[in-house]
Amino acid sequence: MSKALKDAGISALIALGIFGAMVGLPTVVGPGGKLSLDPQPWTVAIIVAVVFFGRLGIVLWQANRKPRVKAKSTTHSKYTVANVAGPLLLAVAVVLPMAGDRYLIDIGILVMTYVMLGWGLNIVVGLAGLLDLGYVAFYAVGAYSYALLAQTFGLGFWTCLPLAGLLAAFWGMLLGFPVLRLRGDYLAIVTLAFGEIIRVVLLNWTQLTGGPNGISGIPRPTLFGLKFTLGDGPDTFAGFFHLTPSITYRVAFLYYVIFGLALLTNWVSNRLRRLPLGRAWEALREDEIACRALGINVTTTKLTAFAIGAGFGGFAGAFFATRQAFISPESFTFIESAIVLAVVVLGGLGSQIGVALAAIVMIGGGEVFRDFNEYRMLIFGVALVVVMVVRPRGLVSGRTPSVSLGRGGHIAADMMSEGHG
Amino acid sequence: MFVTTQNPHTGGSLAYALQQLINGITLGMIYGLIAVGYTMVYGIIGMINFAHGDVFMIGAFLSLIALTGLGMLGITYVPLALFLTLLFAAGIAALYGWTIERIAYRPLRGSFRLAPLISAIGMSIALQNFAQVAQGARDKNLPELIPGGFKIFEENGFVVQLSWMQIVITVVTVALLGLFTWLVTKTSLGRAMRACEQDMKMTSLLGIDVNRTIGLTFVIGAALAAVAGLLFLLYYGSINFYIGFNAGVKAFTAAVLGGVGSLPGAVIGGLAIGLIEAFWSGYASVEYKDVAAFSVLIVVLIFMPTGLLGRADVEKV
Amino acid sequence: MAEALLSVDKLTMRFGGLLAVNAVSFDVRAGDITALIGPNGAGKTTVFNCITGFYKPTGGRIIMRQPEGGELELAGMPGFLINQRAKVARTFQNIRLFAGMTVLENLMVAQHNTVMPNVARGLMAVFGLGNFRQLEEAAIEKARHWLDRVGLTERADEPAGSLPYGAQRRLEIARAMCTDPRILCLDEPAAGLNPRESDELSALLMSIRDDGCAVLLIEHDMGVVMRISDHVIVLDHGVELADGTPTEIKANKHVIAAYLGEEDPEDIVEIVA
Repeated sequence: MSKALKDAGISALIALGIFGAMVGLPTVVGPGGKLSLDPQPWTVAIIVAVVFFGRLGIVLWQANRKPRVKAKSTTHSKYTVANVAGPLLLAVAVVLPMAGDRYLIDIGILVMTYVMLGWGLNIVVGLAGLLDLGYVAFYAVGAYSYALLAQTFGLGFWTCLPLAGLLAAFWGMLLGFPVLRLRGDYLAIVTLAFGEIIRVVLLNWTQLTGGPNGISGIPRPTLFGLKFTLGDGPDTFAGFFHLTPSITYRVAFLYYVIFGLALLTNWVSNRLRRLPLGRAWEALREDEIACRALGINVTTTKLTAFAIGAGFGGFAGAFFATRQAFISPESFTFIESAIVLAVVVLGGLGSQIGVALAAIVMIGGGEVFRDFNEYRMLIFGVALVVVMVVRPRGLVSGRTPSVSLGRGGHIAADMMSEGHG
Repeated sequence: MFVTTQNPHTGGSLAYALQQLINGITLGMIYGLIAVGYTMVYGIIGMINFAHGDVFMIGAFLSLIALTGLGMLGITYVPLALFLTLLFAAGIAALYGWTIERIAYRPLRGSFRLAPLISAIGMSIALQNFAQVAQGARDKNLPELIPGGFKIFEENGFVVQLSWMQIVITVVTVALLGLFTWLVTKTSLGRAMRACEQDMKMTSLLGIDVNRTIGLTFVIGAALAAVAGLLFLLYYGSINFYIGFNAGVKAFTAAVLGGVGSLPGAVIGGLAIGLIEAFWSGYASVEYKDVAAFSVLIVVLIFMPTGLLGRADVEKV
Repeated sequence: MAEALLSVDKLTMRFGGLLAVNAVSFDVRAGDITALIGPNGAGKTTVFNCITGFYKPTGGRIIMRQPEGGELELAGMPGFLINQRAKVARTFQNIRLFAGMTVLENLMVAQHNTVMPNVARGLMAVFGLGNFRQLEEAAIEKARHWLDRVGLTERADEPAGSLPYGAQRRLEIARAMCTDPRILCLDEPAAGLNPRESDELSALLMSIRDDGCAVLLIEHDMGVVMRISDHVIVLDHGVELADGTPTEIKANKHVIAAYLGEEDPEDIVEIVA
């Protein structure tokens, strides 16, 4: 017990050092711009006390804990997370707009967008094991491609969507080609650099992109030509179906569009996983050198993963542009790449259902905390750290083999390698 | 910062270039100090400490707090105030460094590469917002503490100036790096660090406390970053909670450019980035200066994947 | 004497100041099991890595004879092409299986190029186009064949990482054979195997040879080497010491000296006699 007290005491002292100055002595700008300090001793005292008792509790709990049993390497249960949660979530997702609450549908759109981005990045990071910290670049390319195509050529959403995806995929190949042979962390920093370069270019190339003012007046998607405005003429959704015009219809339609796009991403990923290409990606993640010795062109394989992932990012970007009807470089910061990457890692690499769950938890959670405003991002950062420390392999870890002779089981995550880029 | 108040295009070209050189080297020193922290941590445990740039930012804030406090207490003798501030900022930042490693990285060591990375990103976001919540979101400004300097030479009306602040930065950086090199090459801690870099398991089997060594690596890196923060505060006179991200990415770029794991590489990388930034701002456009630095990084890595001074990692087949 | 399938001609490999391989020349003949032996640090794995494309040699040539006539220069060719075009497969000293994938999946990955000849076909398969289905079934059949050959059929759906050591070695060989090679290069295949497993390995290698695939192996287990090799090459400090049949090598006093560490071969004759 005395050891625990000593431990807690040291933690409290450290907390004093860490929080004492930054929290306890905030600088305030007085009249005339002069700086002074505004001491907050009680806040610091409370924090230190919390740390002391918290650490005491943790140390005592750990001393009394039973050792954990190691999990089996393969499980053969019929009920995996994918089997149970998957259809459930799907059902919820389909009926969500029927609830009619516009705010809820908006959150649904937001979550669905990140689910799609997560599934797209999952191809790159989860399946192929490539460390990409600049995914937001493809999101931006998709968004701006659509906006510019719509503005310059007057093309509609459905025409531009595949174009945006193709442009993003092409961009992915261009970016990927010189750098994909770099080792893991170098690849990470280079992709991050790419993301930042694109953001700065978008911000400053005012002639093309409108600079910080962005591009507005981006057309909304139509349903076979029916527009979703608030009027009720024959060419509008409301008019055609003889309903009272309501903004909810447009929002619900947007929701189903992103839902459809996300499902497309999911379907393609799942298909690819069972095909030689997906197997090659996973083999690449496990051991690149062995792949080379088996005649696999590692560069091409990496490029396809990168490009396909980029393409889906582009689709999502085009959707984002049409949903907001306005885009600016503000929306394409590194934080977005970080959030999507966190969704993928938190979900458990390579797991589709995991990514979906992670997106719901993270983005949904973010919305729940929206009222906390400035504390929101702080909580987000802390939550990321906590979740990673507690469950580094993610929510749904492990993988199901893509081909089997008999009854395939579910392989535990401990067996898997996470890839070195 | 008084050196950029002159019109860049009226003066003589040599003088102008020289001024950019001076500015670039100064900026490069600050980046170099931060880069050393990145490269040390990467060299020893193979991870990118995403939160390191934000420790630099915290260091800058700690310096601001100390200086404001000392001012309020009536201690206005500049050298003394700066000395006390340096100890304060470096000391508290060292605590930050140690705690960050202990909480966010150590539990994940040896597992899985991506988890510590996400944890680091989370820590970075947490630190940025912590500073925002605790100290406010506005820019905080500090009046010039070390004003003036002297003319080096003049050409066609353009005066090349070297400020005292720039000299202070250079002296402090060189002194700290010298101290640090001594630490790494001559002390037992330095040997332990280098041993851990080579083979951690073996090092621990030889009785060296690996956890402590790694913890101290973070501590030293954090302290250096805090000094960089103090220098930044004094040089630019204005800080906010976001400076960590920008400086952090550039300093990491510098570390990678120089070859991750190489200490002289970090310094050279820092100087390179500082010079690129200064020359690009001076001759091309200020808006794209970050792009210039990143582009150089990408080009270098394409042709020299291990950086300028990095060791070629020969993977055993 | 069978024709040389692979000719290594004055192969040299320099790492900075270190000359790891110094103008080594030898032939690997079709229908032979060729063994590359020598004390540790002799440069054997370096030669291997040059042949299989993991190192780019500093000098010399590596020529592979094609069945239709014509030659391929392997030195400097990217590793994956050496397997794909020249049909040279290899295993690794530290086993490199895809641990998180099943035994069957490992064998399927090896047949990647057959089932997916190019990216276009690969993408078409997403939409059910092309003859992907037949190719995949043929691949599963070949995998099954090799599973039977190495006795791993029962464990086809287990993760490769959970297999016992001997089984992992056999899987690695089966995986390499699934690429339909003309030469199988094995880096210390008998390391860590008990006598019974060594016998099984010997039988497997000889049956592979009899099926028409030449075998080149690095090995320290002299029992295995002497028992199954048709042709032995001895390296020491990057230089070729001897080249001949197992019987010839056993009697070669330079070889004995290298292994026993004696300076003067004449002393060895005294000891051995």
